[in-house]
Amino acid sequence: METIHTRIWQEEAEPDNAFAAQSCHCHGYDVYGELLKQASWIEYLFLMFRGEAPAPEQARLLEGLAIALANPGPRDAAVHAAMCGGVGGSTSASCLMAALAVGAGASGGAREVMLAMENWNERGADLALWQTGLAIKPVADPASVWPAPGHPPGFDPYGVRCATPVLQTLAHLAGLGCGITLAWLHEHRALLESAAGLPLAMTGVAAAALHDLGCTPAQGEMLFLLLRLPGAAAHALEQKDYGHKNFPFFRIELENDPGPVQGVGKHIEVNA
Amino acid sequence: MNGPQLLEQHVGKLTTRMGAFFPGERAVFRGYDLHTSLKDMNWLELFLFGITGRRFTPQQISVVQGLWCYSSYPDPRLWNNRVAALAGTARSTGSLGITAALAVSEAQIYGGIAEQRAAEFLIRARICVNAGTDLTELVRAEIKQKRGIGGYGRPIVSADERIAPVMALVREQGLDGGEHFKLAFEVERILLEGRWRLRMNIVALSAALCADMGMSPREYYIACMMAFFAGMPPCYLDAVEKPEGQLFPLPCRMLSYEGAPRRRWRAAPVHSPAGGR
Repeated sequence: METIHTRIWQEEAEPDNAFAAQSCHCHGYDVYGELLKQASWIEYLFLMFRGEAPAPEQARLLEGLAIALANPGPRDAAVHAAMCGGVGGSTSASCLMAALAVGAGASGGAREVMLAMENWNERGADLALWQTGLAIKPVADPASVWPAPGHPPGFDPYGVRCATPVLQTLAHLAGLGCGITLAWLHEHRALLESAAGLPLAMTGVAAAALHDLGCTPAQGEMLFLLLRLPGAAAHALEQKDYGHKNFPFFRIELENDPGPVQGVGKHIEVNA
Repeated sequence: MNGPQLLEQHVGKLTTRMGAFFPGERAVFRGYDLHTSLKDMNWLELFLFGITGRRFTPQQISVVQGLWCYSSYPDPRLWNNRVAALAGTARSTGSLGITAALAVSEAQIYGGIAEQRAAEFLIRARICVNAGTDLTELVRAEIKQKRGIGGYGRPIVSADERIAPVMALVREQGLDGGEHFKLAFEVERILLEGRWRLRMNIVALSAALCADMGMSPREYYIACMMAFFAGMPPCYLDAVEKPEGQLFPLPCRMLSYEGAPRRRWRAAPVHSPAGGR
């Protein structure tokens, strides 16, 4: 029989129904018999991804990160995308899909976090490696479906100095005493910013936190996508209520406007 | 000019050459009036014009269309199609199911990621070969560096049933003489004669054909986004028209658990105020 292999989830069927689980165990823990009563959502989330119950400081770090990321606010491109769904009355899932698609990117999104986490894996707490790496401009890979990031991952391409919420988040998370990455980043932030020529961004703090939580870059990418959805959802619903007349439509300036066309208009040359 | 000043210049407006809609009046598409200048374009022509800004010959359009048609299988076992079908059986909407299936088609071992990789390799290989590089060495180096070549080899089976019908169409349309086209077969010959034993799949062939049409890797990748599309609606519709939940139902016994043994949550779990409760 073909089966789904899993190290995460174990089920026992009800005696009278093979399609209903009598018990569910997540990484060995009884979900409905025990975790439901004894674990927090954040602990359960950590367990699902990392396979072990978190230490108290790990749970506190993930909780803090979840709050910091939960709502980047309506100016964020991913939330903006979700609101575009909400304002037109699109389905709820499409609003979240829009937020995921836009928030997946290498500029402010999950791809950026993943790339920054790869940097943490390669450079660790070696300042010289960071300074050398940050001096190299990211290059486009024409074989990749991901457009080239225009800035080093984890830094704000348009920032002037490190934004207050980023500083607040870094200071708080670094103070939780979970792993060395955040503390090292907190201590060396100015030097790294100087090497990058840009201020640290929230993606950089998230990458360091996820690294301290023992996540792989792929796990970090997923968690970042997941943790930013609450704000996107709430703002999409809110804009649905406000309606499209209260939502910016913006202005377009066409550089090649043919103007109102009389008759058949101009024709295009055929390729080849 | 610093970052915020740069962004200030773009607040509230977009300057573009791609197009715009003038409510109640007209629409402009890449510098042409959509309803007059482009009114005779069919959908595929318009799609490719939107991607490249160029217009393609009827023979080229016919081949691109063939590439899409021949890869559109209404088989819900295929991973991307299964998403559309599962949406149907779970009584989600057609748009959600099919667009999610399209997104899933951007995969490493098939679809979008493989397509762009194949196009990039063939375009780069042609430039290198024309500059005097030995193709066998290039293939060897590519496999060593990337552990494979996009467009060669295939998950599940090695033979690709789409090659023959596409080749027939390509010959019929007289598009079998391009440099990338010939190079794609030369790469296959090298891979078959060497220890790799990899056959060309439709991705390399279509990447070569589109490169010969002048498409860049990114243009090709976006053009191919619809390659599986026609097979998806039948998967959704079949599932949505059947009783709910009957598509590939999974009994508990189909989960093969390979994880940690049963254990107890710690006696004094993290329920301090900072611990998440």
